[in-house]
Amino acid sequence: MPHDLARAALQGLLTRTSVPRDVVDYIVYGTVIQEVKTSNVAREAALGAGFSDKTPAHTVTMACISSNQAMTTGMGAGRASCGVHRDVPALQCPCPAGVGMIAAGQCDVVVAGGVELMSDVPIRHSRKMRKTMLTLNRAKTLGQKLSLISKIRPDYFTPELPAVAEFSTSETMGHSADRLAAAFGVSRLEQDEYALRSHSLAKKAQDEGLLQDVVPFKVPGKDTVTKDNGIRPSSLEQMGKLKPAFVKPYGTVTAANSSFLTDGASAMLIMSEEKALAMGYKPKAYLRDFVYVSQDPKDQLLLGPTYATPKVLEKAGLTLGDIDVFEFHEAFAGQILANLKAMDSDWFAQNYMGRKSKVGAPPLDKFNTWGGSLSLGHPFGATGCRLVITAAHRLKKEGGQYGLVAACAAGGQGHAMIVELYPQ
Amino acid sequence: MCPWQERGAGRENSCNTCDFSSLGYACRNISTSSALQNRTHVSCDIKGDVAVVRFNTPNSKVNTLSKQLSAEFTDVMNEIWANEAVRSAVLISSKPGSFIAGADLNMLEACKTAQEVTQLSQDGQKMLEKIENSPKPVVAAISGSCLGGGLEVGLPAAFDMMLTGRNIRADRAKKMGLVDQLVEPLGPGLKTPEARTIEYLEEVAINFARGLANKTVSAKRSRGLMQRLTDYAMALPFVRQQVYKTVESKVQKQTKGLYPAPLKIIEVVKTGLDQGNDAGYLIEAQSFGQLAVTKESKALMGLYHGQVHCKKNKFGNPQKEVKTLAVLGAGLMGAGIAQVSVDKGIKTILKDTAQKGLDRGQQQVYKGLNSKVKKKSLTSFERDSILSNLMGQLDYKGFEKADMVIEAVFEDINVKHKVLKEVEAVIPAHCVFASNTSALPISQIAAASKRPEKVIGMHYFSPVDKMQLLEIITTDKTSQDTAASAVAVGLKQGKVVIVVKDGPGFYTTRCLGPMLSEVVRVLQEGIDPKKVDAISTAFGFPVGAATLIDEVGVDVATHVAEDLGKAFGQRFGGGSIDLFKLMVQKGFLGRKAGKGFYVYQEGVKNRSVNSGMDEILQKFRVPPLSHSCSDEDIQMRLVTRFVNEAAMCLQEGILSNPLEGDIGAVFGLGFPPCLGGPFRFADSYGARQLVDKLRKYEAVYGSQFTPCQLLLDHANSPSKKFHQ
Repeated sequence: MPHDLARAALQGLLTRTSVPRDVVDYIVYGTVIQEVKTSNVAREAALGAGFSDKTPAHTVTMACISSNQAMTTGMGAGRASCGVHRDVPALQCPCPAGVGMIAAGQCDVVVAGGVELMSDVPIRHSRKMRKTMLTLNRAKTLGQKLSLISKIRPDYFTPELPAVAEFSTSETMGHSADRLAAAFGVSRLEQDEYALRSHSLAKKAQDEGLLQDVVPFKVPGKDTVTKDNGIRPSSLEQMGKLKPAFVKPYGTVTAANSSFLTDGASAMLIMSEEKALAMGYKPKAYLRDFVYVSQDPKDQLLLGPTYATPKVLEKAGLTLGDIDVFEFHEAFAGQILANLKAMDSDWFAQNYMGRKSKVGAPPLDKFNTWGGSLSLGHPFGATGCRLVITAAHRLKKEGGQYGLVAACAAGGQGHAMIVELYPQ
Repeated sequence: MCPWQERGAGRENSCNTCDFSSLGYACRNISTSSALQNRTHVSCDIKGDVAVVRFNTPNSKVNTLSKQLSAEFTDVMNEIWANEAVRSAVLISSKPGSFIAGADLNMLEACKTAQEVTQLSQDGQKMLEKIENSPKPVVAAISGSCLGGGLEVGLPAAFDMMLTGRNIRADRAKKMGLVDQLVEPLGPGLKTPEARTIEYLEEVAINFARGLANKTVSAKRSRGLMQRLTDYAMALPFVRQQVYKTVESKVQKQTKGLYPAPLKIIEVVKTGLDQGNDAGYLIEAQSFGQLAVTKESKALMGLYHGQVHCKKNKFGNPQKEVKTLAVLGAGLMGAGIAQVSVDKGIKTILKDTAQKGLDRGQQQVYKGLNSKVKKKSLTSFERDSILSNLMGQLDYKGFEKADMVIEAVFEDINVKHKVLKEVEAVIPAHCVFASNTSALPISQIAAASKRPEKVIGMHYFSPVDKMQLLEIITTDKTSQDTAASAVAVGLKQGKVVIVVKDGPGFYTTRCLGPMLSEVVRVLQEGIDPKKVDAISTAFGFPVGAATLIDEVGVDVATHVAEDLGKAFGQRFGGGSIDLFKLMVQKGFLGRKAGKGFYVYQEGVKNRSVNSGMDEILQKFRVPPLSHSCSDEDIQMRLVTRFVNEAAMCLQEGILSNPLEGDIGAVFGLGFPPCLGGPFRFADSYGARQLVDKLRKYEAVYGSQFTPCQLLLDHANSPSKKFHQ
């Protein structure tokens, strides 16, 4: 169950940081598809991971940026610290603005994370069946019960599966991504090339031992998973053979150039800078500024990064040139490339974003150089923390001061955050 | 043989289809010889080995199959076939939202004889046949409306489409096999959504065309089991005969034989199936020619022009767009008005005086929208977001922001005055006050207003979400801007708008009055309601005359008849109004009360005559006058009174032109569309003949049949026509 994965991430965090459990003031988790039994998965996982039962926990949801929301809920606007993907901590300093718990002075130490268990999503009985079953509970006599049962028809047994589709438009995300790619004239070849790049870079990072945010997870009854297991560099020829997955038969989004759904959990330790220093920690990074944006869920579903990037830069008083590492959520290769084109278009900035000019496209040599969701996988609710911690690790490894994290999310929403390397 | 045959799928907006196909009617202009002359309607780009043919009728929102376009198209296609380097072709429009809207009506109207039209049709067929048999694949990339008749063989679904001319959404068209691929519209990219979508459509189509030429793409449609079974069954003459019979009887029932085209279509399909394509094409062209010059065709084309005319705001743009609308009274009309407003994005306050009435009204709006969800023309999410524009309330909160108030309260001048005063106390200065009354003169209502220039009549028809007409009534004091604002709202609500002068019953109610009075008279003569209905629908009225009274409501009819009777005297006489009064007394108010001339029961389709009426009808029985009681006489008694009153409205300046008179009668009152409206009918039937009839009945029944001066003038000079 999802709380097991979340528990593992929390325990990993405890192990790596050796933070005393009772210091943690609050726990926030993000998740998208909720297991009904553990709807507040943060609390169940925290209890199971051995945190104090005096530490409150709540769960947030905001589609693919749920754990980003968990982090910003914990930290508030402005500076904060940092943490871990499949666990690792970090710190931060107090931030005056915003409503987050640390910023508001509510807490000093917060654990934020996210979890998604895509391999066992809740599948429901049909509404008719549910209604019958609930009525059955209230039926008193055997006669009433039998008469209810006799009304059950074969179609009552058709289950309801959760779909990766927008509620408002009924369009699946892949379909929308294909239309987005077409709108920006992104070709199939460009998408395949980008996906290949993501897999190759992830493989390289993994081989070089850079993906150190991963903690091993023992799958009950099976082997221990020690590394990301979806990295599969292929060839353009192989990828070119795949049929379109959504817009058939002429679409461009395929299984190979989309992020894959996977199980995963992440956790991150966030503190005010004073608290971290007082406790003898050396923070990894500051979480500086962040923004949330939203736009048309039909035609601009996945353009969140385009809208969020200039906004967060403005808020932080930075320009694109000040950013040393970019860590963007790769939902689809076509989505990333469309965003890059949109960010590089004055026409789009003027006509759709109400800006005078474009923000510019991030240079690729600073962009997702350790792979991304296309190659590492995308456990919805957990991805945000991975983006942030990867940005921090890349800053440290590659040198640089500022990192920019951006992601799109269902509902036509988006998020961006500035991460600053803690002075070494 | 080419398996791709599509002759025009009618469509609603916003979807694009990619189709291997041919078009509606193309025609060749024989005099065009040079292929290199400047083309203005059709252009051709060669992209690699694919020719892209673009339609673009200059200075028009839509492309139509005019002689010019057809000639250029023929030239272009001949060049493509002659060009070795070209292996396939794509047909596309340069106009977003319109592929080809159909044959150019002006071209058809310019044809004097059936032979001319037949010639046009045959030229078109030849061209289409050539495309159908083209050695090079032709892909039609359709974005927007694509209309036009055609011979679609075999599919029962296609039968349906040909006969009713209904619009088909792109996804349905794909299911029906009319089109092969759908291209979803794109959102913004590096260009506007419209521009990029059409560019993308072209890219996809080019790839398909190339694929077809290279045989990497197959256009063979896999036929489902059902389709194969249907095809097999249709190949049996016996089954075919049965299908023809069923379709024919259905058509007969629906059209009463008043519309010649559907029957011709069946004949054409029959010939094509039984005797082969050549015979089918020949009879198709001949029938089309014959149909084009029928008076029904002229009447319907007249209505089309009228509709176009009534979709324009002759008062120009109002100073202030109506963004917030308030509707008073959540009854059938009020809720209907609210429904057609919220779904156009107008914030609408629906106010009633009682919670129960308000609940009913809100439920009506929900139900109306939800039925669209059930038909899949709206998603449940869109329904919810539309409903968020509706605010139901019992007080005047928020009226200070209203740009327009439409009252749909009880038809009583005192009630109207009361709400007018209440409303004027809370609305801003620019706010228009519109009354949805069907008969009370607007100037009388405006008499209670502090600002009569802002008062106007907006007469909707029930059910508001179905009836296309809106009759706007201006008084001498109504300002131009108020009128502009009302027309703008009506057009936004999707209405066909006529603007008339104030007077008792305005135009529509006033025309209906004498006719209904005559209906009562006929009933008094002992003709039973079912017979009256049959006689009137046989003439082309969509709803029988007795049923119409039940629908309108006997109480409302009584009110109107009394008011108008006072205003116009004997001309509205004929039937006895006391019959209505007695019905009201007995509670026989019509459909809404469950009883009127008929008994209405939920779920019962074949309603029976209300036996309680026997006594009432008996009481008012008058002896029939034997020499004017044939079915035809009864029809003419009803219609001549209608037409006479319509002409009177034109004569008195209530109507500004006959065109709006025809539109109002057809779209608001169900005047037989095949006759084109009272004025078109007067022209085609002959004013002289009409006056003769009126004189005949006048002699028998009295002055309610006295023809008006305008009709007499027309009768006296045969060259005078309402429509030139």
